[in-house]
Amino acid sequence: MRPLKLVPENTNIDFLAVRHIATGLSVLLIIASIALVAIRGLNFGVDFAGGQMARVEFQQAVPIDEIRDRIDSLGLGESSIQQFGDERSVAIRLPLPPGGDSASEEASTRIRSFIEQTWPGAHISSVDAVSGKVSEELFVKGAWALALAMGAIAIYIWIRFEWQFGVGALFSLAHDVALTFGFFALTQLEFNLNTVAAILTIIGYSLNDTIVVYDRVRENLRKYRKMEMIPLLNLSTNETLARTIVTSLTLIIALATLVLVGPEVIFGFSAAMLLGIVIGTYSSIYIANPILIWTKVGTDSFVPKERGPEGAERVQAKEVP
Amino acid sequence: MLDFPRWKVWSVIAVILVTVLLAVPSLLPGSVRASLPAWVPTPTVNLGLDLAGGSYLLLEADTADVATQRLEGMQETVRTEMRRSPRIDIGDISVRDGRVSFMVRDASQVDAVRERLNQFTTGAGFSGQRDWNIEVVDSTRFVLTPTEEGLEQAIETAMGDATEVVRRRIDELGTREPTIVRQGRDRIVVQVPGLGDPTQLKELLGRTALLEFKLVDTTADPAQLAQGIAPVGSEILPYPDAPGGLPYVAYFPDQPPRVAVQRTTMISGDQLVDARMEFEQTTNAPGVVLRLDGGGGRRFARVTTENTGRPFAIIVDDEVISAPNINEPITGGVARIDGGFTSESATQLAIALRSGKLPIELAVVDQSTVSPELGQDSINKGVFAAVLATVLVIAFMLVTYFRFGVYATIALIVNILMIVGVMALFNATLTLPGIAGFVLTIGAAVDANVLINERIREEQRRGRTVVHSIEFGYKEASRAIFDANITNVIAAAIMFIFGSGPIRGFAVVLTIGIVTSVFTAVTFTRLMVAEWLKKRPKQLVI
Repeated sequence: MRPLKLVPENTNIDFLAVRHIATGLSVLLIIASIALVAIRGLNFGVDFAGGQMARVEFQQAVPIDEIRDRIDSLGLGESSIQQFGDERSVAIRLPLPPGGDSASEEASTRIRSFIEQTWPGAHISSVDAVSGKVSEELFVKGAWALALAMGAIAIYIWIRFEWQFGVGALFSLAHDVALTFGFFALTQLEFNLNTVAAILTIIGYSLNDTIVVYDRVRENLRKYRKMEMIPLLNLSTNETLARTIVTSLTLIIALATLVLVGPEVIFGFSAAMLLGIVIGTYSSIYIANPILIWTKVGTDSFVPKERGPEGAERVQAKEVP
Repeated sequence: MLDFPRWKVWSVIAVILVTVLLAVPSLLPGSVRASLPAWVPTPTVNLGLDLAGGSYLLLEADTADVATQRLEGMQETVRTEMRRSPRIDIGDISVRDGRVSFMVRDASQVDAVRERLNQFTTGAGFSGQRDWNIEVVDSTRFVLTPTEEGLEQAIETAMGDATEVVRRRIDELGTREPTIVRQGRDRIVVQVPGLGDPTQLKELLGRTALLEFKLVDTTADPAQLAQGIAPVGSEILPYPDAPGGLPYVAYFPDQPPRVAVQRTTMISGDQLVDARMEFEQTTNAPGVVLRLDGGGGRRFARVTTENTGRPFAIIVDDEVISAPNINEPITGGVARIDGGFTSESATQLAIALRSGKLPIELAVVDQSTVSPELGQDSINKGVFAAVLATVLVIAFMLVTYFRFGVYATIALIVNILMIVGVMALFNATLTLPGIAGFVLTIGAAVDANVLINERIREEQRRGRTVVHSIEFGYKEASRAIFDANITNVIAAAIMFIFGSGPIRGFAVVLTIGIVTSVFTAVTFTRLMVAEWLKKRPKQLVI
């Protein structure tokens, strides 16, 4: 028996041959994502939009229209009702009520008692109520976390590699984040605090991929000093391809399990991460690499710095006799 | 580099043993854990509210109110202080534009006033700033301006006290292991596991519970009260449970009745020692019995002696609860409040009074409740997903790398146990996204092994010997492993700093997972490989 080899030995795929098409596609997708976010908007959860959300389990299935009509008769604004899990479980969301902080909290108490009275036996499994002030804060904090994480990571890579690599990593991250936003705008899955965590994780793992390729690029730059940049990038991508495939597969296995049999409450979260793994793998090949060509990483980028002291010693040794 | 010194082997094994042992209590069912003797340490992983079920409340204090209270307090202090002998005549005292100002009638007393005022300002903050700025304008007008430092210090004190009061009130509810933590400048986070409906909790916390005893102003004219006009030295307060027909109470068709009470407080909640719900012996009606401290008791005795026959008002949060007549002097230091209570409402009032008044008003700005059933459901599904993911990943690693797949598998299982152990050690909280982080770690933990194994394959392809392939594989892969993991730690650290609640939980699991997975996937597998290499294998199928 032989071990399973998903990538044949000595693969030599000319990844970068299609780089112009890939770049065009990515730019299109990014524009489409931005447009989607602008037009359809994100389906903000109560964390960011403020308001109330109650998850209710009814004893038997109740038509969504009926729930909506009854809840709307409360006069707390237009409700949005979604099923999750089986058909007896619904999530009822209400917008931020006018008035101060206490209005939001009062509304949640009213919904609770209204549901208990209207549908006896209905079980309220969770209630969240977030006031306008807090939700805005959470949103600003979330946005900062994203921006800071991307900045910090780019700086780290700049220090460990060269500035071009930092730029490449930053752009491929921005690509991943934009597409994830587009995915949320398209599917209208709830965008909440957990989603921000998912995006940060996607950033982390997309980076993993990019760094593995970049590490090999750095190594090959030292090894093949006369090689042209494009073949060198192709070589590096091919050499790390087996690892990329195997790791992406293990992650996909783990996350798909979570999407399929995990708790419903974090479905959006798991789905976003699953998608992020795919986008991240793509971007580390087709965004991170071409940027190295455009920013003209020299074949001698790493040589003088790292080999400097050794070379100097050699020169000295020659001059002594 | 594949030669491990003996001490290193043993320390790796020791680290693994200790962390895995730490994981054991968390994996045992609760009943078994409870039956262990008390001397066995059982550090366990906490379950977040989204898993355990319970209520989370974010309370925010009204800090603007602190500023107002300080101004009014200062105005009152100036008034009383200047009345002290030798009396200094002042006039035109007012609070306006966030400052207190008054005039001294006799210009020669300005210095004396300044001296008296100086006793009431103290240092605030580190900069040696005082809490009030005292200025004299137009030679006789004093202007007292609260400083920023002084206000911040007052807020700080009020928040500290408020947190303590909140803790006492929640403890009185008898709930299990509540967490009450101050957050930032003006917020308090309250988490009560297992509490499915926070209505009662919110009612209890929403109450300031400022208790005051004041004399009812029986000279007030109901017709004037109805128009909101009180006699001099009195104020008008609502009296919802007023019995009908009292000559000094104004009644309305759809509003609570009003009564005038004297501004001077006879007794306040500070002099309270205890408050309990008790049933009246003859009527069996629930009421609240108050016990006053020595000073309060003496004062109460004196006031009730002087005012026998007159009604006094028992006021909680600026609302008159009841206004009984003083039938005889009350000398025992015990007072009883009756007034249309149910046993629940009397118990609640007693708790609120017993725990002291809130120095600052608190509003609920964020709340979330998860029922224990939903939490249990999430745990079940999360654990099932984690186990299934582990089994699938292991199977995949075994068919891909054979012997080195076995090493990766052992490392993965040890890694999972170590994460649980380290979380238990730090008493970390496992949240729902934390479970997702856990599952993600399972998928990602093998990445280091994948990197190493693929590198070994590569080196073999280049014709190196078994030992050399392995040696180079570990060495060359370690750089990428290091960089990749550091960037993930950066992302996790930022999530921890900026995130709240569940996100922090996720970041903690992720960080622990990164550290333990590097340890198990690199160091621990190398140890196993080194042991195997001692047998001098001729070939390696990978």
